[in-house]
Parts: sequence; C-alpha cells; structure tokens
Amino acid sequence: MSASRSQALRRFLRNRTALGGLIFLIAIVLLALTAPLFYPGDPLGMEADALLWPGQDWHYPLGTDALGRDVMAGVVHGGRVSLQVGILASLFGVSLGLAIGAAAGYFGGRIDYLLQRLIEIFQTMPSFVLLVALVAIAQPSVPTLIFAIGIISWPTVARLVRAEVRSIREREYILAARSVGYTHVRIILREVLPNILPTLIVTASIMVASAVLMESALSFMGLGDPNQVSWGSMIGSGREQIRTAWYLTAIPGLAIFLTVLAFNLIGDGLTDAFNPTQAQGRK
Amino acid sequence: MKTLLTFGGALWRTLLHTLPTMLGILLINFLLLQLAPGDAADVMAGESGSATQESLAALRSQFGLDQTIPVQLWTYLNNLAHFNLGYSPRYGSSVEALISQRLGTTLTLMLLALFFSLVVGIALGMMMANWHGRWPDRVLSVCSQFFYSVPGFWIGLMLIVVFSVKLGWLPTGGAGTIGSDLQGWPALLDSLRYMALPASSLALIYIAIYARLTRASMLEAGAQDYVRTAAAKGLSPWVITFKHVLRNALLPITTMAGLHFGGMLGGAVVIETVFSLPGLGRLAYDAVMARDYNVLLGILLISSLLVIITNILVDLLQAGLDPRIRSRR
Repeated sequence: MSASRSQALRRFLRNRTALGGLIFLIAIVLLALTAPLFYPGDPLGMEADALLWPGQDWHYPLGTDALGRDVMAGVVHGGRVSLQVGILASLFGVSLGLAIGAAAGYFGGRIDYLLQRLIEIFQTMPSFVLLVALVAIAQPSVPTLIFAIGIISWPTVARLVRAEVRSIREREYILAARSVGYTHVRIILREVLPNILPTLIVTASIMVASAVLMESALSFMGLGDPNQVSWGSMIGSGREQIRTAWYLTAIPGLAIFLTVLAFNLIGDGLTDAFNPTQAQGRK
Repeated sequence: MKTLLTFGGALWRTLLHTLPTMLGILLINFLLLQLAPGDAADVMAGESGSATQESLAALRSQFGLDQTIPVQLWTYLNNLAHFNLGYSPRYGSSVEALISQRLGTTLTLMLLALFFSLVVGIALGMMMANWHGRWPDRVLSVCSQFFYSVPGFWIGLMLIVVFSVKLGWLPTGGAGTIGSDLQGWPALLDSLRYMALPASSLALIYIAIYARLTRASMLEAGAQDYVRTAAAKGLSPWVITFKHVLRNALLPITTMAGLHFGGMLGGAVVIETVFSLPGLGRLAYDAVMARDYNVLLGILLISSLLVIITNILVDLLQAGLDPRIRSRR
C-alpha cells in the first residue's frame, strides 16, 4: 500500500504542470502567511495618493485604489481570507460528505434511501442561489462563508464516498473485520477510509478551487465579510473605476485565476498519479 | 401507441421519484424563511415608518405569524398551491409577479450561453480528439484549463474593458437600447448585442467542460469495433467522425448539459449583476441588498422547480434517444 503511495508521489512530482501549480500555491500561501509581517496595519486603511497606476510609485508596486489604499497589501491580505475560506470550507464539506456518504453506503437499506433523497435535494437546488440565500440570512462573515460553502458542496463527496463504500463493503477483509466484532465506526475509519483516500484527496483539491471561486463571487456581490478585504471585494469596489483604472479590477482577478488554476492543476496531477493506467489511456 | 405508453410510464415514474425531493425543497425553503431575521410584519412596519406594538401584533395575526409552526407550514404550502409566493413591500408587488417578469431575461441568457458553449465546446473537443497527443491538442488543453479556472464575473468585467471601454463595440450593460422602438430583426439584433458579452462570460467554463467531455468520449467511441468496421468498409474519415463517432459521443454530453442547468442559473446570478441585466439574478441581488427574504427565497424555490422540470425533460429526451435506457427501467 505505502509502496504504491510513494510511487504515486513520484509520478506526481514528475508531472511538470502539477508541480508548477504546487510551487505557485506554496508561494501564495507563504505570501498570505507573512502578510502581517510585510504589510502590517489595516489593508483597508488609506495610505497614499489615490489611483496610482502600478509601477508609478515603487512604494506601491501594484498601485493604489480610489481611496489611496495599497493594492499590493490588499492582494496579500485578501489571499489570507480567500485561502482560509477555500480550505476550511472544503475541509468542512469533505468531512460532512464523508460522514453522510459512508453511512449511506455502509448501512444501506432505509438509511441509504433517506440519505440519498437528502443528497438529491441538495443537488437539485441551484447551489449558488442557495449559497446566496444562506449567507444573506446568516449575515456575512468569514465563519458563515465557510459554513455555507461547506453546506452546498458536501453532496458531491457524499455520492463519491457512497459509491466507493458500497463497492468495497462486501470484500473479504471487511467481512473479516465485522466477524471479529469491530464496531461500525472503527471499520469505516480503519478499513474503509484508507481505500477511498486517493479519491477524497483529488476531490478535495478541486473543491478548494471551486470554494475560492464561490467566495470571490459572493464577496464581489457584497456578501463577503465586511470587515476583511478579499479578492472578490477588491474587484467589487474597483469595478466603480473600470473605465479609468481597470487595473483595480484586473489585479485581484488575476490572483483568483492563478490560485484556482493552481488547485485545478494539482487536482489533475493527483488524478493522473493515482490512476496511471487511466492517464495512459487519456493521452 | 406503444411509444406513447412507454413515455407515459417514464413520465409517471419520474414524477413519483421527484415527489420526495420536491417536498424536501419546500421544507428547506420554509425553514430558511423561519430563520430569516425579522418577519414580514417587521418589514412592513419598517417600510411604513411608524408602528406601535399593537399595530405590529395586528399585522402578525393578519398574516398568521402568531400561529404555531405546523399551522404556518400548512398556510405556506396552501399559499404555494395557489401560486402565492408572498408579497414584497419593497416593490409593492407580489413575489410571483416579480419573478415572472424577470424569468425571460435569465432563460434567454442561459439558453444563449448553453448554445454557445455546446457549439464551441464540441468543436474544440473534436479538434482535440482529432489531433490528440499533438500540439493542437496540447494548446487547446491548456486553454480549456484556463477557461475552467477563470471567475466568470471577472472575465465579464475584462470583456467590458476591452469591447466596451477601449473598442466601444458593445454596450456595457442593460438589456436593450432604452427608448428605441425597434421591431423585428433590428430589435433581435439589438438585444443580441446586449447579450453577447454576458452570454460569453457565462459560457466560458462550460466551453471548457464540454470540450474535455467531447474529447474523452470521442476518443472512447473512436476505439470501438464499429468504427473499425466503418473504416474497413472504406468510408471517408469525415463520414466516420460525424456519423459514427460524434453521434455516440453526444449522448453523455446531453446528460451533462441537463445537469448543468442549476449551475448555469447560479452563474447567471453573478453575471446579471455585472451587466445589470434585469433578470432573476439581478432581482436576487437587489433582494439581498434590501434584505427582502420573501423575494430571495421565492427565487430559490422557482429556480429549484426549474431544475426539476429540466431533469424530467432530459430523462424523457434520453428515453426517446436511446432504446437501451427505456428497457432498463
């Protein structure tokens, strides 16, 4: 098992685009983590002359917005919010989906029927409209965003996990574990979970990408945390000057695009690394 | 007659299967309405500007807000059965009227985006499959990866910068030239000009999805025995690609296009706020800003119903297209 894992890791590291995504992501994470060091103070505070273009004053390499706020500081601090919401929301969504999918697949019968209906309900409601309603009702803040994005993204994971658990439920080693008298929770965590881990990791990295996209769309619409700068809210306020200072919209959007791209590239690389035969067939 | 019967049977089974989902969606909507801060009486009192404790209580009993939760749920369902989604004091109009006024714009935007993404996506996917492994495939793969990662609302804004601000070719927003009384073709062309940028921004991510899907299913279908037989018969590569490979590769794409309806609706919400198109999404945005939860949840309910209807239509379409699906049920 661990031999195939290290092989998968080696295949992943040999994949140049995936590695590029990983390196870019590490850089973004480092920037976000060190933001309070290099850009102390409130990124929403006014710093300099308004509407400096990028490169006009090297103190403000990415320029300033209509209120004289440093765009570079905003990008770096905004990354903290975007990554935090993206990663925590996916973690929450994956755990919720894992619990519900595993219960449905493992127990079957009536529990499975009920949970499947629940999954279907959430997959039928247009998820972004539901997300807007949830955030608007719960009042926007970083914890609410994490909770709401998690709530709308678990069904994908639950369906995947349910299918995988069903396919391995009747295998001999599970039956053996059951006959020894292990509890259901222990069997699910120790015997079933390791087998579906690759699928979960791939899904999680793609989920982070879509969570970052959803967070940015929400805060662009004014449904982000009002006390924190995020890439989406920067686009939302920069949009007012789109005719004269389009860089205010372009720069944070590029940050979102590159971050989402990095997570997607990593997800693709992981898929290929875990399923080398399928990857060969695709090429 | 026989096909009519099987269609009727398929429709009946689908409806029966949809019932629990419908009920669940109604319950969730009711729950969210209960959770929303402030009730209808608060909103009306706020709009009128003056309210006493007594008048608030009178309003509450008028709307049944002082009843127990089960009674309120019954009233809610009863109202829905009569197509009554509530009243928006802000717009001074019933919610169902507000939604039906704006539904057309959103559906037009979605259908245009769907059409555009299917045509471009399938074309790109065919090119990728045709040259798979060589440079056109690689370049287009990178493009589709980019399209897949770009936030739709941001690309919309960038398109505005290029095509409206810099080049001045297309309008920045709205649904049509104000005050113009165009008829026939000029009117259609005018609204197409206003829809071009929003539909392209909405379509981008789906172009990427359909291109990848077409590529994968064309490669799969191309490896089937009947394709080799067709080649052995001496059919030209064009005939093989279009008549044998593409036709079989299209089935999974119709399934996905049906599934994407809900996602596209969500995308339309953001795109409409970018281009100030007077559709459902713009209405949702205004409702959020005005804290008008009746309107917001009405939109959620109607759009969920639209997704259910689309799913039923796609099911029936597939039962018609593929005899194997019909017999499996």
